[in-house]
Amino acid sequence: MSDANLDHKGRPVIVVTGVGVVTSLGAGRQDNWAALTAGKSGIHQITRFPTEGLRTTIGGTVDFLKDVPISAPLLTERFAVLAVEEAVAQAKIGSAGNFPGPLFMAVPPVEVDWPQRFELYEAGKAGGGTGYARLFAGARSGDYRRYHELSTFGWPAERIAEKFGTRGGPVSLSTACASGASAIQLGLEALRRGDCAAALCVGSDGSVHAEAVIRFSLLSALSTSNNPPEAAAKPFSADRDGFVVAEGAGALVLETLDHARARGAEILAVLRGCGERADDFHRTRSKPDGSSIIGAIERAMDDAGLAPDEIDYVNAHGTGTPENDKMEYLGLSTVLGDALTSIPVSSNKSMIGHSLTAAGAVEAVFSILTMRTGRIPPTINYNVPDPAIPLDVVPNVARDASVATVMSNSFGFGGQNLCLVLAAEPA
Amino acid sequence: MATRSPRDAVITGIGLISPLAEGVADHVRLLTGEALPQPGIDAESFAPYPFHPLVEVDLSLQIPKRDQRQMETWQRYGTYAAGLALADAGLAGNEAVLSEAGLIVAAGGGERDPEVDGAILEGMANAGDRDAFLNERLMSDLRPTLFLAQLTNLLAGNISIVHHVTGSSRSFMGEELAGAMALQTAMRQIGAGQGDVFLVGGAYSAGRPDMLLYFACGDYLLEGSEVPPVWQRGGGRGGLVCGSMGAFLVIEAREHAQKRGARIYARLEDVVADRGSREDASALRARAARQTARLEELAGDAPIGLLSGASGAAGALALERAMIDELSARREVYVRGCATMIGHGLEAQVPACVALAAAALKEKTFYRPFDESGFEKPAVTAPDRIAVTGWGHWRGESLAVIAADD
Repeated sequence: MSDANLDHKGRPVIVVTGVGVVTSLGAGRQDNWAALTAGKSGIHQITRFPTEGLRTTIGGTVDFLKDVPISAPLLTERFAVLAVEEAVAQAKIGSAGNFPGPLFMAVPPVEVDWPQRFELYEAGKAGGGTGYARLFAGARSGDYRRYHELSTFGWPAERIAEKFGTRGGPVSLSTACASGASAIQLGLEALRRGDCAAALCVGSDGSVHAEAVIRFSLLSALSTSNNPPEAAAKPFSADRDGFVVAEGAGALVLETLDHARARGAEILAVLRGCGERADDFHRTRSKPDGSSIIGAIERAMDDAGLAPDEIDYVNAHGTGTPENDKMEYLGLSTVLGDALTSIPVSSNKSMIGHSLTAAGAVEAVFSILTMRTGRIPPTINYNVPDPAIPLDVVPNVARDASVATVMSNSFGFGGQNLCLVLAAEPA
Repeated sequence: MATRSPRDAVITGIGLISPLAEGVADHVRLLTGEALPQPGIDAESFAPYPFHPLVEVDLSLQIPKRDQRQMETWQRYGTYAAGLALADAGLAGNEAVLSEAGLIVAAGGGERDPEVDGAILEGMANAGDRDAFLNERLMSDLRPTLFLAQLTNLLAGNISIVHHVTGSSRSFMGEELAGAMALQTAMRQIGAGQGDVFLVGGAYSAGRPDMLLYFACGDYLLEGSEVPPVWQRGGGRGGLVCGSMGAFLVIEAREHAQKRGARIYARLEDVVADRGSREDASALRARAARQTARLEELAGDAPIGLLSGASGAAGALALERAMIDELSARREVYVRGCATMIGHGLEAQVPACVALAAAALKEKTFYRPFDESGFEKPAVTAPDRIAVTGWGHWRGESLAVIAADD
């Protein structure tokens, strides 16, 4: 391996050669990018299930696929298939059903949903029992193997591994709202240590159903600004009142620069580095001093070998919850210092909502498109600036700019803090 | 055979609680004793499906009461076992090491509230508008604490909070394969210098009707109150009997362990993991052959111990047994079906079996047969390599190799 293919720490340079994306704005890079840079919101009234009685009735569900049953594992699988197909086609890697590397896949903890549970309950009626005893009787009364498969957390990755022919044991993972970024991080680490020359990193989430919305609602995490739906997600605004649940998928083909060059692949971006720090303060809140978020960003900068003034743009986690946006600003301002005043920071979630398990991967894809098109997607619904968060959020309208480096943040419940740094060209 | 490297992944701490015992030392004592121990069985609570409950454990020894209230059962088991492992490695409270240590948890999902589910289902059966009824009840009956416990990564989150492991935090999913991938990842990260100390493991709470329901849908469970040894469960339906457990390992770079004078149980030599169709016999044979070839390459001519993670589920059991029979036909293999003694703990099963393997290697012993039907032969000598199989009840096959290190 030539020196040009090693990074500042003497490790192989890792590049991105294919990306694919699905959000409520559409399937594929083209539709998504057109909508995102037009400041268009994909948030709408939820019609998938009745929302009467719910405090939050809006979401960024992916509703345009007509041939998929409404089931979290099936939706999660389908979104992932679409994103991976697009990423693999762009990378022109391997052959059909034969991807030359491992799979790292972020998946939501999905389980049998209420309609299926009720079906089993009805099937167990003859036994005369109640509760789970009756459900057991239902399960024994017929062939419900499908419900077992769909409730195993390994199922979506099993399906993707089977369809695309990835190598070895797939890693299914969850780090809550940082999951998609964790999938990329695990791929980066595997490539750097020479386990493989290519890796498929995916985050997918099709788990917006009534119980999921209610659960987040009970944690007071969701925006209740139901009317109009497209104005609900207000990251960094003084009137922000929570995030909007959403769905989608992002997929990235990662390779060593060596491998990509050897096969003549087009290099979309360099994955310069990543940084992680777990928080030990609270299950849903960051340490008040921001030290874990700060630590993650600092580690990412060190891993990428970049100084604060070398960051051109920050693709924020930017959920629009009062707590997240405040802590993210604390982390960014502490690490980037004065340089932050001239760095645009925008939140894709203002338009696509928070696609939970998928978000980190989806936003990494959009970070790459930002560099490649020289156009920064805006933070929409930014009408009431929060004086405590003096950021250039690229308010409401996309901006043309030359962007050679991007920082993409992901933070999650359970103390997950992860920061990726991407660059346009090999160093 | 073994060439020592400063970047070898060595096991320096074990935390194990199971239906058989608390602490790895008691497991070794019971499983090497004269009498065949018996794990507890609860065949009543979720009849017709028996399960192995955990031995009684004073959780407060590792988890403050206020934190226990924020957790569901599986998280308590895991957080407890993680604490045991850190204490065993001499790392409890060592902030300098723990703030750089990586955490890889093989995790499943949160526990549903069976009372709430049952009441809602009964109500739905009688409701005019089922969807509206469901929304109304979920809004009033779900508890935020329970929702947090249901997040897969909250076992890791709780371990960070209680034990202050904060270098990194990854939660792997995917049933049995998750445990093997967690171990493989830690081993490879250590080998490549991507970290020096990892806390790796999982936990499972067996007394969960929601999980039993999923297994029942797939027809995987053993029924009745008699629980025969795992190898004798092949016939007919099911065969899987869940066991409550928490199993965590401190895995460390050799040079890091040596520098701080840590005791080394054993070396994690390799983890071969794969997945694929089980209906395609030749593909399955090829996967099994890769596992045994790697094992034999590492073990040379010496006898091998094999701690099987077999769940007892009939289909997987027959396939794994075919692999073991083939291996046994050409060399000395001492097989032990761990589920006979501790039940099956899904994501935690491979870490638990690796814990048992490492402890036996350190003590230069091997376990007595768990099954007296003849398939599990007494060990003539204590093997210096132990294979741990993790053939998932449905998908995913792994084999880990653990080697004596002195």
